[in-house]
Amino acid sequence: MSDTVTTPPRRKHYLNVDYGIKSWLLTQDHKRIAILYLISITFFFIIGGVMAALIRVELATPLGDLVEADTYNRLFTAHGVLMVFLFLIPSIPAVLGNFLIPLMIGAKDLAFPKLNLGSWYVYNLGALLMVAALLRGGTDTGWTFYTPYSSTFADSEVILTALGAFVVGFSSIMTGLNFIVTIHRMRAPGLTWFRLPLFVWAHYGTSLIQVLGTPVVAIAILLVAAERLLHIGIFDPALGGDPVLFQHLFWFYSHPAVYIMILPSMGVISELIAAFSRKRIFGYKFVAFSSLAIAVLGFLVWGHHLFVSSQSIYAGLIFSVLSMLVAVPSAVKVFNWTATLYQGSISWQTPMIYALGFIGLFVIGGLTGTMLATLGIDMHVHDTYFVVAHFHYIMVGGAIMGYLGGLHFWWPKITGRMYSVFWSKIAAGLIFVGFNLTFFPQFLLGYMGMPRRYHAYPEEFQILNVLSSAGATILGLGYLLPLIYLFWSMRYGERAGDNPWGAYGLEWETSSPPPTLNFDEPPVVTTEAYDYLSLREKKLA
Amino acid sequence: MWKNVPLFPEQASTLASEVDALYLTFLGISIFFGLLVAGLVIFFAIRYRRRAEDEIGRPEKAGIWLEITWSVIPLAILLGMFAWGAKVYIGAFRPPSDAVEYFVTAKQWMWKFQHPQGNREINELHVPVGQAIRLTMTSEDVIHSFFVPAFRVKADVLPGRYTTLWFEATKIGTYHLFCAEYCGVEHSKMGGSITVMEPADYEMWLAGRDTGPSVVASGQKLFRVKACSTCHRPDSATLAPILHGLFGEEVELEDGSTQIVDENYLRESIMNPIAKLVRGYKPLMPTYQGQITEEEVLQLIGYIKSLASDATENQGPESDSSSPASTPDEG
Ligand code: HEM
Ligand SMILES: [Cu+2]
Ligand SMILES: [Cu+2]
Repeated sequence: MSDTVTTPPRRKHYLNVDYGIKSWLLTQDHKRIAILYLISITFFFIIGGVMAALIRVELATPLGDLVEADTYNRLFTAHGVLMVFLFLIPSIPAVLGNFLIPLMIGAKDLAFPKLNLGSWYVYNLGALLMVAALLRGGTDTGWTFYTPYSSTFADSEVILTALGAFVVGFSSIMTGLNFIVTIHRMRAPGLTWFRLPLFVWAHYGTSLIQVLGTPVVAIAILLVAAERLLHIGIFDPALGGDPVLFQHLFWFYSHPAVYIMILPSMGVISELIAAFSRKRIFGYKFVAFSSLAIAVLGFLVWGHHLFVSSQSIYAGLIFSVLSMLVAVPSAVKVFNWTATLYQGSISWQTPMIYALGFIGLFVIGGLTGTMLATLGIDMHVHDTYFVVAHFHYIMVGGAIMGYLGGLHFWWPKITGRMYSVFWSKIAAGLIFVGFNLTFFPQFLLGYMGMPRRYHAYPEEFQILNVLSSAGATILGLGYLLPLIYLFWSMRYGERAGDNPWGAYGLEWETSSPPPTLNFDEPPVVTTEAYDYLSLREKKLA
Repeated sequence: MWKNVPLFPEQASTLASEVDALYLTFLGISIFFGLLVAGLVIFFAIRYRRRAEDEIGRPEKAGIWLEITWSVIPLAILLGMFAWGAKVYIGAFRPPSDAVEYFVTAKQWMWKFQHPQGNREINELHVPVGQAIRLTMTSEDVIHSFFVPAFRVKADVLPGRYTTLWFEATKIGTYHLFCAEYCGVEHSKMGGSITVMEPADYEMWLAGRDTGPSVVASGQKLFRVKACSTCHRPDSATLAPILHGLFGEEVELEDGSTQIVDENYLRESIMNPIAKLVRGYKPLMPTYQGQITEEEVLQLIGYIKSLASDATENQGPESDSSSPASTPDEG
């Protein structure tokens, strides 16, 4: 805000060093790679969103009258696969994490810039396989690929889609590995572990899961392909296999993977709450360690997806109690964020609206998660819309709110421009209202007994489904707005200045947009994280 | 009690009110904590609104006791809910000893039922009110899931093995049956209904239809027709083990391990006899995989179970069998 006039028009930064297409496609700059990822995932978010819209239109009436049952099945599969593998998993880490981790720790780049670029190509290769599968008619197994349906019975592009997920998994491993090494080796002088922004801690936990968990799902996918192609009996009992084995392998990765989607978002929320309360996060160490606790405990609860799938009662008991334990670090985070607001200096800027919205939605998602972890309740609501509502509260209400909040927070840093405050607040409001209208009725539907993945349903479920579809319209509009005004701001937005929010953090000490090597002089850290007192002494206007 | 709440499924089994009580209690706790957090967030956000451009928040020392408190309280509540939920769940998978056994065979995309009296139905099941009913279920193809919202019961139905589920209906009426596990194109059509009737009406309903032989009688006939009886004799164990009194007992296998004789073991012994050889016998028995249908296997098992009571007079087959067979899994 302050230095709009004084900024020399031709200062070199990472965006204007070169304009050629090659300078983008061969870049090793983590900031440019982040932009490449941003473009890719936005593209798939839009496609996945269109599919969601079709699903909701179909479900506005009880009869399956818009598309055929088979088409419907292919739609929800594509929606799930694209949103999970091509949007949510890479979203915050590959875009915001990629852009910000080196800046936040005062480094010139990630530890392995070529690996970073490579991960984007690997991602696109996997995405290409999935798109090819879509163009050839798509897959109808659901994003969970349960056997023996997927391995023996499904007559669709299972292998191509699964192979896509397999390949994309490698890009995720590459990013995780890069972050771990970077965070260990490249912190600026004085930046000890407990001075790291919580965003970095959250990404550290996420990266551990990516590196340790992804290989397991990769193996499960290969085994499905082997059974389909070579008829080796692994999952199909007719060939001597065990159908439930797949569910164990799948969830051994995919439960931790749900934390790959939410932990980075929690990291963003910690940053936003600190910045817009101008205050150190309450219980910093507890919040930091809760990320690690979630990463570790998250590996021990996969069986809560199998409570009624013939798992023994004793396994059910153990997975249920462990799932209760994993909820505690999440609760600790929520309480610490709330306590941070106490006696803060709270500014209702757009990113903060997302952060506060996140807390509300995440609380609902987390509490319903613990309900699902309660054996006597899950028995009734498993595989109903209750589960659908639960994970959308977490993954859309939580993860996407965090992603959008972060995007709005760091947008001035990324582009050097400010977007329309008015429209961004309208959009945040629409998203919050639209989201709740879409997904809250689904809890009720689920408890009433509407199973998930139903193309047609009994009439008594219609009213709630219509509400949900109406909410989805508002939600869609809410997502459309940022697409427009953010794009618009890149050209017409007001120049933002280096630290428009008056926030603490190394990323705010360099110019906006940052130079290619991030800092003109290598920074040295002498203060604790979120030390607003020292920031005010230095320069807070 | 919640009969007239429109956003609630009907309560039509003994389990329903237990599940609902658990759910509503948890819901109450959730609403309390949800409102607490939301209230605090909104209150703080307004009360501590930034008033000057250069204002900063008042830093504070983390309170270790506060952290402990808000970790331990949720943990204690969650463990309490876990214990309660576990109790309901265990009850739901342990049928009472007087439960009557019905057979369920699922396939893409229909449900096939057989009453113990022999009656068969497709996508519809009639049951008497006030009688505990145990379903022994298997699938002919992919995984399905048997779900009756009004009873609050659900269990996956797997190919290649048996799972069980039980309920006792408490209210006359017709209720939705859904397939809850995605199983292909017509998944959402793979439903039907459960009709709960007065016992007398149920008897009349049974009598009014062409019932056919009972499960045990069909099994007995198959036992002869499929030539099981040539080796498995009631009086001589030279060629093959005697099946009388076998069900629910423990047998010793070739490798020295022991095995409880339950439905899954019997099924495996018929479909893949050499997988678990009983000690002292040669792998002579042919496999019946592909020779008989899943429904016929169930009838054979029904017959073999009926032989259990022949040998030990004072033990009913159900009291003997319920413990091993009632857990949803043996594998
Ligand atoms: C408080 C912590 C959480 C607990 C205790 C919890 C518990 C559960 C349970 C028990 C289920 C299985 C329900 C069923 O299938 O019957 C479930 C499903 C699911 N949860 Fe959570 N959850 C929690 C947090 C999360 C988070 C953080 C995410 C994602 C970011 C998430 C995403 C999912 C997904 C994707 C599914 C369903 C997947 C599917 O079947 O397609 N959950 N959760
Ligand atoms: Cu999980
Ligand atoms: Cu189904």
